[in-house]
Amino acid sequence: MRAMVYRGPYKIRVEEKDVPRIEHPNDAIVRVTLAAICGSDLHLYHGMMPDTRIGTTFGHEFIGVVEEVGSSVQRLTRGDRVMVPFNVYCGSCYFCARGLYSNCHNVNPNATAVGGIYGYSHTTGGYDGGQAEYVRVPFADVGPQIIPDWMSDEDAVLLTDAVATGYFGAQLGEIAEGDTVVVLGAGPVGLYAARSAWLMGAGRVIVIDHLDYRLAKARDFAYAETLNFTEVDDVVVWMKKATDYLGADVVIDAAGAEADGSFVQQVTSTKLKLQGGSPVALNWAIDGARKGGTVAVVGAYGPIFSAVKFGDALNKGLTLRMNQTPVKRQWPRLFEHMQNGYLKPSDIVSHRIPLEHIADGYHLFSAKLDDCIKVLIEPGA
Amino acid sequence: MTDVNRPYVADKPAERPTNEELRARIPGWGADLDPADRPSTPKERFDPGATGAHWEFPDRQEETFPRERSIEHGMLPPVFGTVAPLHGLSGLIRRTAYARFGEGRLAHWLLLIVGDRVESTGAHLRAALALRPDDPVTETGVLTESAERELAAFRSSRADTSHRWIDPLLVAGPWVITGWIGWRILRAVLRRR
Repeated sequence: MRAMVYRGPYKIRVEEKDVPRIEHPNDAIVRVTLAAICGSDLHLYHGMMPDTRIGTTFGHEFIGVVEEVGSSVQRLTRGDRVMVPFNVYCGSCYFCARGLYSNCHNVNPNATAVGGIYGYSHTTGGYDGGQAEYVRVPFADVGPQIIPDWMSDEDAVLLTDAVATGYFGAQLGEIAEGDTVVVLGAGPVGLYAARSAWLMGAGRVIVIDHLDYRLAKARDFAYAETLNFTEVDDVVVWMKKATDYLGADVVIDAAGAEADGSFVQQVTSTKLKLQGGSPVALNWAIDGARKGGTVAVVGAYGPIFSAVKFGDALNKGLTLRMNQTPVKRQWPRLFEHMQNGYLKPSDIVSHRIPLEHIADGYHLFSAKLDDCIKVLIEPGA
Repeated sequence: MTDVNRPYVADKPAERPTNEELRARIPGWGADLDPADRPSTPKERFDPGATGAHWEFPDRQEETFPRERSIEHGMLPPVFGTVAPLHGLSGLIRRTAYARFGEGRLAHWLLLIVGDRVESTGAHLRAALALRPDDPVTETGVLTESAERELAAFRSSRADTSHRWIDPLLVAGPWVITGWIGWRILRAVLRRR
């Protein structure tokens, strides 16, 4: 089969690989029909995630058709059109039994601090991802779900991570009626988080980024006020002034490890890998939130420490809430919102690229060229 | 009161649109206002029957090669990825990271990063020897930087222009250094003859 393979930092190519095989009775093999590049894939692509091995295939956002199932699979059959959460999870461990699907303890030998994720280095279990023609899907009775007939492929693939993560981020903020919510980062997750904040009754939603074309999308898609942070001297002071010097009730960090805004933080994290991530957005969130407020983190960070302003968080009495998203837990309610016309995920898709040209897709997305917001990958094209 | 900011008094209302205005302007405004409608509230909800798992503990996947694991695990989890098993010098480094250091230790992660760089260097050399060398042009997608796009990116008020110049050095640097070392070795060998 054809698959994207990692060749080292900033380098990927498409190669022939063996079609994955059933390795566990509850495995399924899925023929991928549509995949996506996630902002967190860029952390792998830039060599920031430890134990990212040469020859592995990225991609934790994908949908497809069931090609083969293991002997114990009861809920799927060959030919089913399925969407697969980015979490690999067993459904039965201490954490899964409590709904923490993203924190499963039965699927990742390499680390206990993170669950299993498709195509996201050996630090998350060493599974190949879906930027390929076929992918192994463990626990086929637990994670994958048959795509409803009314749902398009584009919407379905976006629900496997980005939409669910944005929606989850807004929930982590514990938004109350009338709250002022600031979202840091106008990428796909930030856009969905901003849109979701309204569902929870926010009174104001402000999106902050440095890319004008993404801020335009935040105004159009997420009905948000926006700030290009390069236009102000001090983002935190701006946030204070915008809230009558109170600070935001809720700040959502949807930027994560490669947040821009500080040359030193960028170079020490993204370039030199001396930090698990550039905590620029996280520090702005801590300093821009009101005392007693909530900071929600859904932007991804690596396992090495980051230079976070923890003293301010303590002194302000902030509540910090974060996790990788337990995706499938979000789906029933998100399906309702889509059917009610409250949300159309595919409105943010900017590029569709054949798998054979995936290196171009990564570079467009990484360098933010051609007004790139969300790149979908077509294995069959 | 109008000249006093919000935090200095108990209950000065925020300036914002009314709920009716928001509901009229934004599809679904307030649909999840009640926390009971939010699927991740409460955070933990004990319901093992909701996941679809029909086992108390999953069948164990066959361990076809010695699978490295964090020493913070009490046992090898029953299911795991099998792609790219440890091999060679990078495998030795990574195995040491897993066997010797817990996840809370910086040495664990730094060794894994060293293993990554050792493996990628070896992979580039092997690919070159197999006459299928890595192509830094196609593999980086750099050709998508048409002149027009590149200029547009640098003309805008982006924050990343301050450090984007480092990326070509990160990509090309190892190639240049490797080539230079190779050239020095080759020249030294030729001179001895």
